[in-house]
Amino acid sequence: MDEDAQENMIKLLSENLRQDKRGFEDFRDMTIELGVIETAEGSARVKVGETELIAGVKLKIDKPYSDTADEGILMVNTELTPLSNPNFESGPPSINSIEISRVIDRGLREGQAMDVKKLCIEAGEKVWMINVDVCPVNHNGNLLDIGAIAALAALHDTKFPEVDKEGKIDYKKKTSNKLPLKEDPLPVTVIKIGDYFLVDPTENEEAVMDARITFNFRKDGNLCAIQKGEDGPLTVDDIKKMADIAEKTMKKNRVIFEKAIK
Amino acid sequence: MTDENKEENKDKEIKSDSKLLVKNKDVVVPGQILAEGFDFLPSYGTYRKDDKILANKLGLVTMEGKVIKTIPMAGRYLPKRNDVIIGRVTDIGMNAWRLDINSAYTAMLSSREVGGDRGYSSYPKKGSLSKTFHVGDYIFCKIVKVNSQNLTDVTTNDRGLRKLQGGRVLYVNTHKVPRIIGKKGSMVNMIKQATDCKMMVGQNGIVWIQCDPKHESTAVEAIRKIENESHIPGLTNRVKEFLEKQTGKKLDIKEDDEEIRGK
Amino acid sequence: MVYKKRLDGRKMNETREIEAKAGVIKKADGSAYFKIGKTWAYAAVYGPRELYPRFLQNSNKGIIRFSYIMMPFSGMGERVRPGPNRRSKEISMVSQKALNSVVDLVDFPNTVVDVVVELPQTDAGSRCAGICAASIALADAGVPMKDMVAAVAAGVVDNTVCLDLSYEEEQYPDYAKEKLDSEHVADIPVACIPSTGEITLLQMDGIMNKDQLIDAINLAKEKCKEIVEIQRNAIHEKYKYKINKKSMDWKKELGE
Repeated sequence: MDEDAQENMIKLLSENLRQDKRGFEDFRDMTIELGVIETAEGSARVKVGETELIAGVKLKIDKPYSDTADEGILMVNTELTPLSNPNFESGPPSINSIEISRVIDRGLREGQAMDVKKLCIEAGEKVWMINVDVCPVNHNGNLLDIGAIAALAALHDTKFPEVDKEGKIDYKKKTSNKLPLKEDPLPVTVIKIGDYFLVDPTENEEAVMDARITFNFRKDGNLCAIQKGEDGPLTVDDIKKMADIAEKTMKKNRVIFEKAIK
Repeated sequence: MTDENKEENKDKEIKSDSKLLVKNKDVVVPGQILAEGFDFLPSYGTYRKDDKILANKLGLVTMEGKVIKTIPMAGRYLPKRNDVIIGRVTDIGMNAWRLDINSAYTAMLSSREVGGDRGYSSYPKKGSLSKTFHVGDYIFCKIVKVNSQNLTDVTTNDRGLRKLQGGRVLYVNTHKVPRIIGKKGSMVNMIKQATDCKMMVGQNGIVWIQCDPKHESTAVEAIRKIENESHIPGLTNRVKEFLEKQTGKKLDIKEDDEEIRGK
Repeated sequence: MVYKKRLDGRKMNETREIEAKAGVIKKADGSAYFKIGKTWAYAAVYGPRELYPRFLQNSNKGIIRFSYIMMPFSGMGERVRPGPNRRSKEISMVSQKALNSVVDLVDFPNTVVDVVVELPQTDAGSRCAGICAASIALADAGVPMKDMVAAVAAGVVDNTVCLDLSYEEEQYPDYAKEKLDSEHVADIPVACIPSTGEITLLQMDGIMNKDQLIDAINLAKEKCKEIVEIQRNAIHEKYKYKINKKSMDWKKELGE
């Protein structure tokens, strides 16, 4: 970490200032557009400040896992390509991009974004498999939260394609049936720089953070996933404060999200 | 009319076929036709193809008599001898530090080239280089040599050159540095006057600022404004108005910045 | 020739609607998107910058490294597994060669200019869209180049040479109700340097008559002269501004 950069950031924060003049608990302006990709069964483009991601959903019919024979499968993959950031490399994903992808995936899957039992066509034989791919186009921080929002919005936009009598999918024809969505899990990542807690960090802020926690909340208010990241330790008091901040922020984001998916 | 006169008139006819298709300060793109006919001469950023002159780079048209050239508007920094730049230490060797200078090429600062200002010992002992400059330090230095493969040597052995402590570093378009500095420093001095910031501008597109937190974002926004609007006339006045509005201070501009020319 | 009227009513030498914009990816040195019909390509340019591994370095000049990536949901059918595959590697190679002859990196020995093309949506003509986007992005990045490269796919359907086939048109003989003169379809991507007329990309996939080839190339070449104007304009739009002179006041209005 660049210690001078952190010192400078902490000087700003101590005067209650952020580089982009936001409040510590304010998200940047968010826009959510649905249906931007026609080749996908569902899609969304989300912009938060300068960060911009496109998420697309593709469906197929496959054999279920043997231990969940009557459940469909939801998989969320976040591809960090060099398009949006000169530091991303092509080739096998770095451990940081793997973490982002897995945290977003777990949040939606374990958070029960989907009622996977309703995706069963024939127990043990045929279930719907839902693949969400999140692709950043512009990167200025907070992929964890914004990626999850894009993925969830794309799921809301998704319609089942037509299936012919032989069970073959006709991708060119969409039905009007939407996915069996359930808990709408939304995450908020809170970061700690020095003694200060911030939400929706920019890349500059992420570069100097000591620690972060992503809290994922379901529609009913319960937590469904948590991930602590970075090297710095946190006290229990820190965690309590961060959880409170996350919950407050999540509620604001949920209002924006629900308006956008109507 | 004599035969001689007829020849002269023919020459004049050929010359008047020349046509200039752009004007000063137009933004031009590669492959764009700038002039037709043989009256004009291509220079930096332009080339001749048959009877036309075309641009070979994104740039701002500059006419110097019959010579058409462009000032580049984008592109990575290419190291040049005598440029004063800011580099970041990335590696420490036995006798030298390697610096990232925001270019495709890195620079080397030999231990023999340290010293002068700020009381560093002129020749740090071999093996103890990390005591003077650490990895991650930003160094304000000068380019002394660039070889044919663009390998670059720098020095801090000159007035004002030194390690930069604290503060914040911004990466800007290297081609906008002349506008950020201004004629005889007029623009950078105006920003300093308004915000009370310390500011050092490297030719390689790295800007170092150290500000009171209240004014930091104003300084940064002013720099970004210059970067984004440098091709639009009236920049100096716009920046002045912006700074006055943000800080409440009344500023005076020392030089008219409008006619700054690049290469 | 049964194929007199195209499926979407276009003329034989008409492309689908084109839209291009420069400077869309903030962290890149240069960037653009290029849309033709439903095919949509982003391009980001990073460099010239240090090139690793070292053995790829060229001490005489910088090199271009091209990366063609389809977003997993961008294909007409099933999901495309992310990551490079042989098709994308080949497209990367021919695209890089399409740009090599216009770019001049002699001032940047041992460096690389990374061109990343990523497509959120494809409907035929994707490699041409990628090359068009890449050209704009390279110019936007200030890379020295004698011209931008324009590219479009020519095609042959039912013995008729036409431009910019859509995916549907490529499949036409498979589902056409009327009897066609020929079942054969050909897809001919062409890239061209507009100021010289030289061809820098030529491929053909399908079945066609050799005599139709030159017609197809010429059709594409002519269209490239129009397409490059759109590409140039994408950069001009980025720098446009409106001057609002009121009395002697210097207030300037900035266009988008």
